[in-house]
Amino acid sequence: MHPAFSVIFLTTLIGAGQGLFLALFSGQLYSAVNLLPAQESSFYITGSVIALGLMIGGLAASFWHLGRPERAWRAASQWRTSWLSREVIILPAVMGLVFIYGLLHFSGWHPNWFGNAIPNQPALIVGVITTLAVFILYIATGMIYASIKFLQEWASVLTVINYTLLGAASGFTLATALAAWQGSGLIGFYGTWAVILTLAGLLSRAASLYRNARIKYKSTVQSAIGMRHNAVVQKSMGMMGGSYNTREYFHGASAAWFKSIKYIFLVLVFPVPLLLLWAGFSTASVPLLATAFVVQYIGLLFERWFFFAQANHPQNLYYQTI
Amino acid sequence: MAVIHDPIQKPAGRTETKNTTCYMCACRCGIRVTVRDGEVRYIQGNPDHPLNKGIICAKGSSGIMKQYSPARLTKPLMRKPGSNRGDAEFEEVSWDHAFDVLEERLSHLRATDPKKFALFTGRDQMQALTGLFAKQFGTPNYAAHGGFCSVNMAAGMIYTIGGSFWEFGGPDLERAKLFVMIGTAEDHHSNPLKMELSKFKRNGGRFISINPVRTGYSAIADEWVPIKPGTDGALMLALTHEIIKQGLFDRDFLVNYTNSAELVNLDENSSEYGMFVRFEVPEEEGCFDPQNKLWWDRDLNKPISTHTPGADPYLLGEFKLPDGTPVKPAFQMLTERVQQYTPEWAENITGIPAETIRRLAYEMGITARDEKIELPIAWTDVWDNEHESVTGNPVAFHAMRGLAAHSNGFQSIRAMSILMSILGTIDRPGGFRHKAPFPRPIPPCPKNPTSPDDVQPNTPLNGMPLGWPADPDDLFVDDQGQPVRIDKAFSWEHPLSVHGLMHNVITNAHRGDPYRIDTLLLFMANMAWNSTMNTDEVRKMLNDKDEDGEYKIPFLVVADAFQSETVAYADLVLPDTTYLERHDVMSMLDRPISEYDGPVDSVRIPVVPPTGQCKPFQEVLIELGSRLKLPAFVDNEGTRKFRDYPDFVTNFETAPGSGIGFLAGWRGKGGEKAMRGEPNPDQWKMYEKNNCVFHYELPKSYQYMRNWNQGYLQWAQGNGLTRYAEPINCHIYSEVLQKFRLAAQDKNPGGRVPPQHLRKRIETFFDPLPFYYEPLESQLSDKHKYPLNAITQRPMAMYHSWDSQNAWLRQIHAYNYLYLHPQTAKAAGIEDESWMWIESMHGKVRCLSRYSEAVEPGTIWTWNAIGKASGAWNLDKDANESQQGFLLNHVISEELPASAEGDHLSNSDPVTGQAGWYDVRVRIYPASEGDEPVTFPQYEEMQAVPGTSPRRKWLQYFAGLFNNQKN
Amino acid sequence: MTQLALVIDLNVCVGCHACVTSCKQWNTSGAAGPLFDDNPYGKDPTGTFFNRVQTYEVGNYPNTETIHFPKSCLHCEDAPCVPVCPTGASYKRENDGIVLVDYDKCIGCKYCSWACPYGARELDEKEQVMTKCTLCVDRIYDESLPEAERKPACVMACPTNARLFGDVHDPDSEVSVAIREQGGYQLMPEWGTKPANHYLPRRKTKMHIHEDELVRVDNPLKKEDIRHKTTKDVTLDDWLL
Ligand SMILES: Nc1nc2c(c(=O)[nH]1)N[C@H]1C(S)=C(S)[C@@H](COP(=O)(O)OP(=O)(O)OC[C@H]3O[C@@H](n4cnc5c(=O)[nH]c(N)nc54)[C@H](O)[C@@H]3O)O[C@H]1N2
Ligand SMILES: Nc1nc2c(c(=O)[nH]1)N[C@H]1C(S)=C(S)[C@@H](COP(=O)(O)OP(=O)(O)OC[C@H]3O[C@@H](n4cnc5c(=O)[nH]c(N)nc54)[C@H](O)[C@@H]3O)O[C@H]1N2
Ligand code: SF4
Ligand code: SF4
Ligand code: SF4
Ligand code: SF4
Ligand code: SF4
Ligand SMILES: [Mo]
Repeated sequence: MHPAFSVIFLTTLIGAGQGLFLALFSGQLYSAVNLLPAQESSFYITGSVIALGLMIGGLAASFWHLGRPERAWRAASQWRTSWLSREVIILPAVMGLVFIYGLLHFSGWHPNWFGNAIPNQPALIVGVITTLAVFILYIATGMIYASIKFLQEWASVLTVINYTLLGAASGFTLATALAAWQGSGLIGFYGTWAVILTLAGLLSRAASLYRNARIKYKSTVQSAIGMRHNAVVQKSMGMMGGSYNTREYFHGASAAWFKSIKYIFLVLVFPVPLLLLWAGFSTASVPLLATAFVVQYIGLLFERWFFFAQANHPQNLYYQTI
Repeated sequence: MAVIHDPIQKPAGRTETKNTTCYMCACRCGIRVTVRDGEVRYIQGNPDHPLNKGIICAKGSSGIMKQYSPARLTKPLMRKPGSNRGDAEFEEVSWDHAFDVLEERLSHLRATDPKKFALFTGRDQMQALTGLFAKQFGTPNYAAHGGFCSVNMAAGMIYTIGGSFWEFGGPDLERAKLFVMIGTAEDHHSNPLKMELSKFKRNGGRFISINPVRTGYSAIADEWVPIKPGTDGALMLALTHEIIKQGLFDRDFLVNYTNSAELVNLDENSSEYGMFVRFEVPEEEGCFDPQNKLWWDRDLNKPISTHTPGADPYLLGEFKLPDGTPVKPAFQMLTERVQQYTPEWAENITGIPAETIRRLAYEMGITARDEKIELPIAWTDVWDNEHESVTGNPVAFHAMRGLAAHSNGFQSIRAMSILMSILGTIDRPGGFRHKAPFPRPIPPCPKNPTSPDDVQPNTPLNGMPLGWPADPDDLFVDDQGQPVRIDKAFSWEHPLSVHGLMHNVITNAHRGDPYRIDTLLLFMANMAWNSTMNTDEVRKMLNDKDEDGEYKIPFLVVADAFQSETVAYADLVLPDTTYLERHDVMSMLDRPISEYDGPVDSVRIPVVPPTGQCKPFQEVLIELGSRLKLPAFVDNEGTRKFRDYPDFVTNFETAPGSGIGFLAGWRGKGGEKAMRGEPNPDQWKMYEKNNCVFHYELPKSYQYMRNWNQGYLQWAQGNGLTRYAEPINCHIYSEVLQKFRLAAQDKNPGGRVPPQHLRKRIETFFDPLPFYYEPLESQLSDKHKYPLNAITQRPMAMYHSWDSQNAWLRQIHAYNYLYLHPQTAKAAGIEDESWMWIESMHGKVRCLSRYSEAVEPGTIWTWNAIGKASGAWNLDKDANESQQGFLLNHVISEELPASAEGDHLSNSDPVTGQAGWYDVRVRIYPASEGDEPVTFPQYEEMQAVPGTSPRRKWLQYFAGLFNNQKN
Repeated sequence: MTQLALVIDLNVCVGCHACVTSCKQWNTSGAAGPLFDDNPYGKDPTGTFFNRVQTYEVGNYPNTETIHFPKSCLHCEDAPCVPVCPTGASYKRENDGIVLVDYDKCIGCKYCSWACPYGARELDEKEQVMTKCTLCVDRIYDESLPEAERKPACVMACPTNARLFGDVHDPDSEVSVAIREQGGYQLMPEWGTKPANHYLPRRKTKMHIHEDELVRVDNPLKKEDIRHKTTKDVTLDDWLL
């Protein structure tokens, strides 16, 4: 596939935003049961704003992807069948919820429904719902790709797991940096989870790389045109100046470049952030932790590029590849 | 602007539908054009048209993009003073000015030396008018594309069976069981042939394609027989060998309808040596075979007049006439000739296994013999024999330029025609069928001038510019035997060049050999590019000046519809209309679109008005003819006779009161007559009402065996199609050729003899029996150095060079690859899709390679005329056509390397002057690191000429709204 | 239920591209509006075409088959491109099975094209909406056209009649009969998309020659009394008394 930057930014930005929210909320949840010290509401507010910001960025990028953004509202109509439609519904919902979540932290409205020990109960409730929505969003985003059976590299539960784990990992890395910046005591908590999630992401991403390297393609040029012979070679595509079919489904990069992207993302998403996290949270260094996030995020851009580029569409059998 | 929306609503606008005739190629299908608010909305095949019955091809369906092409010329242009030819610097002039300039120049030439005006036309369809104009002007220097196209096919077959493939006849696929297609990619009979092929296959017919390449039609063949280019003659002769050896020929047919049983004089001392013995020798007037030859009757065991009722002649054997003259039937001579041509011999030459050749011969012979067709159609032959039925042998052939475009093509095609004849398939169901006005006598009657005196100032030419020589006295040479025509047609170099040699005009005129001319008018010919051989040099010649600064070809007029490469070289450009904007006729006097069942002609009627100042070239000729007071265009007082071209078509008659004009339909005062009759003032309206086509269906009994069909021949004579109602026997043995050979052997007492240096050539190639020789260029090439054959093919979705300006078609063929077998490529170190060189003795081109398993490994090929010069056809400077596309013509020469016969001989068939396009030998090698990744040669960008419209950056064509659209 | 479709006979398709440009011209001024062409007179011209003809070579020299292969939307019965569309712009018509895009609803997200394994959809790069073969829905029901012309433009044009049009659910239709009797097949059956369009394979006519067909009583050579020369060698004739 031809990796579209709009989609690369969309998925990485909202993934990180969702992850950051998960970090914020898990912090609040832990503190609610006194496993962690409670945080200033400013911490949650800043966090929510950043998470929201990331998601707005993602949404904006997604508009870039649409040929007709002015009609985007129509995309909410087919939630019964289309994962894309579902994402289109869930994403704003998540954003709305995160907004409310931040607002509740900001408002200073603290009714007591479950006992005094638990601070900011409305935010907690909204947080639970939001968390649910965030997971649905991860699934929806992942399923957009995993549900297309023709793209065999994508059509796997690993796609959903990767979207979730990598999004969450980057969110927690960001949360670690945020905690350090805000001088909060959650550095260790977030840092540990960031490491765990990054390692889990490494595992699942490696699994999908392993799987994809061994894919047996269902379609062949023989089944594409219905000719039983080992030697079938396309000589003409029917057009010479290219078409949508040659532009949308080929990454256009050289084999060497393609391969190096894989190593770049493997290095940038996993070992480097891990090292930085390790170095950063022992010293609570904001720059180191911020770098960890930035590096990991950039790594994810490469990862996403690779994710798209690696997928071989069977239509390419008609357009001279695979 | 219309915006794309749900495809369920109806667009607004006023639409109307009109019929006319397509001209996206020379096939001339009937089309129905829907026009919405003045713009063309849809062009479909006319279901009521006899030729295409509703179907249409890729080109025909893209007419819209031709009509609105930015490459269209819309204004008359003069080269800017001081600019060079080729620079394409022009200024607009008025038509009045253009006509004044032409009138002044041409009337001077006509009054002094009409030869100095030369008119040559490309792949046009109005030779009836252009030929008439040339003749009336008095210049012999006229021809159309035939010489560089397929004259070998026309001459080889017409001199053998009185008709030909091309537009003159074809295979009867409706009834054939076996179809053998040789060297055809996409012929003029494009659509009908496709339609027939498919029906034929679906009916279970067997289709064999003989071709070095398997694409297009060959793709759907049941069997592909790859052959080395230029060797088909060997194959035809080996097939003939095997068919005769097995007795698989149609004896009855050979005896009755060919000259096979006629006795040839073999007395070497006689001036009649190699001629048929005649029992009485009256003055042989005209152009028919007098029936005064002899057979050797087996019962009486003595010679007898041919076709004597009850006679039963020998086909084989040798006999002595009472006076002691040794004679043999022609068929005996053929049998002796093909003795040496065994399948094993042919295998070495053609690359086709001997086993395959044998099998092919058996398939043909057995199908012809055992699958006989008999139709319950009674007919009478010219010898008054009544036949109860029409019979046929269902083996059909079709061949085109794969045979024709070689310098041994004439003899190969004769060999094929003879093979078709011994199988008994001429104008019979399931075989070859003629199309009116064919069959014609062998050779046909029109004769070219024969002496320099036939060209006189202010006088029409004495003879037709193009004719059919029957013997050396019909050549157009002076007393020294030197050519009179600028292209040296009808000279000893190419005696039977019945379509001229357009490919040598510029070279000859530039060299002043045989003389210099003044004005060259090119109509619809891209002679600075794809229809010229040696393109690079020809472009230089067009721009070359002599010592006094005068162009060697002083005045060049180009009549074209588009900004072609040739337009850049013009001194005067005349913008033509498109086919949707003009009246046109596909006349019986030229090459009509006849069907097997009878004559058909057709017309174009404008569906949209001319663009800008475009003027139909027909109108230009009528205007010029009137201004120059050419007799056909003015009355005795010298006043203009015809208002315009439609008026001319309605009222012109070949001779006063002949009743024969450009159109055969709806003649007579009220349109009640067909074929001949007085002019009908409403003729155009009647064509318009009848789908723009006139179809005269012959009675069934006239539809077959027309060479010998009394009813048909008398009908044809009565309707002015032929001069004589005499039988047209197939020439297994060609006396015409023998006459030339005798002249070369000094056995033509009192007649013309070839100049010394050409004697051997005439003697060799004018063999009355078919024979195989290697193409001339191969003979003169170092085949170790140049081991490969390079050929071109037409793509179905492009017509020559016309269609690169067509936004849709150029997306299909934006550039061309050089296709070659992977082994051939690897041996030369060439990778797939990489830059490579093709080099011949004459030049080299750089191009992109493409591996293919569908090509004979000794052959490389490319699509014809896709490559363009930068900026031509109003394409961007960096358009694919000029950067990745290439033209093979750069490595093909218009002249042969110097040899014993002289050093300026055309690279053509020595009999007909057919350009030997497919003879070129080449070598290939990879491009080197430093080579630029563009094709070679490159030319400086041609600037858009005044009057062309700006190139749009994008298109959203929507009929009715297009021209107001902002881009 | 009706399922309209094309059946393409590779046995007779000569790869002429008539179906390509006739489709283009019909549809560019058709009910849905123009079809876009980009850089039509420059480098790498490109544009929207609903139908393309491709060429494949099968086998090795000299046993090569050249296959011309036209392809447009196959109007899948289980069209995977439809459910994924977030806007409902892509739809399959109940009454005749034609898969269409409502260009007024499409947001150009390209998702449907990802879900088409056949590469049959093309984005209009100017209007930024997804386009595809409409099976000429604006011709086949147009009552202002003569009945015989209520067929897709490509079918009308095809010089070899390689394109058959009809209802593949009606067992007696021309298309169903052709599929049944001539081995009609679907593309990429492995995906279960059930394309409505089918392809008919190449068929070969062969000739078998029996040896005795070469030896016949009516061999015309016999008529020519080709006598063998008498031999000068001594034969039994010279001995027997
Ligand atoms: N679409 C389209 N149609 C056209 C034209 C066009 O430009 N485009 N041009 C028209 C014109 S002007 C003409 S003259 C006709 C010509 O129609 P064709 O004669 O079909 O034209 P070519 O493309 O020259 O095809 C020559 C074929 O002969 C093969 N060949 C070459 N050398 C040999 C050989 O030695 N032996 C054999 N057996 N085969 C050989 C080539 O591979 C090729 O397939 O087409 C007409 N129709
Ligand atoms: N290498 C190679 N070269 C070949 C061949 C080959 O097989 N191989 N084939 C040869 C053959 S068979 C032929 S017939 C020739 C064809 O050669 P030509 O007839 O010279 O070439 P075309 O490209 O057909 O274009 C002639 C001109 O006609 C113009 N034209 C198109 N429509 C109109 C119109 O309506 N009015 C006017 N006035 N002009 C118009 C075009 O713009 C173009 O400039 O090419 C020959 N050249
Ligand atoms: S074959 Fe030639 S005349 Fe017929 S539709 Fe095609 S371009 Fe037109
Ligand atoms: S129009 Fe017919 S023959 Fe031509 S490419 Fe299309 S399907 Fe094949
Ligand atoms: S061919 Fe592609 S676009 Fe057409 S219905 Fe099937 S999946 Fe959808
Ligand atoms: S591109 Fe248009 S038709 Fe396709 S899925 Fe998106 S909205 Fe639906
Ligand atoms: S059915 Fe209509 S839209 Fe579809 S390919 Fe044929 S002409 Fe084009
Ligand atoms: Mo030609």
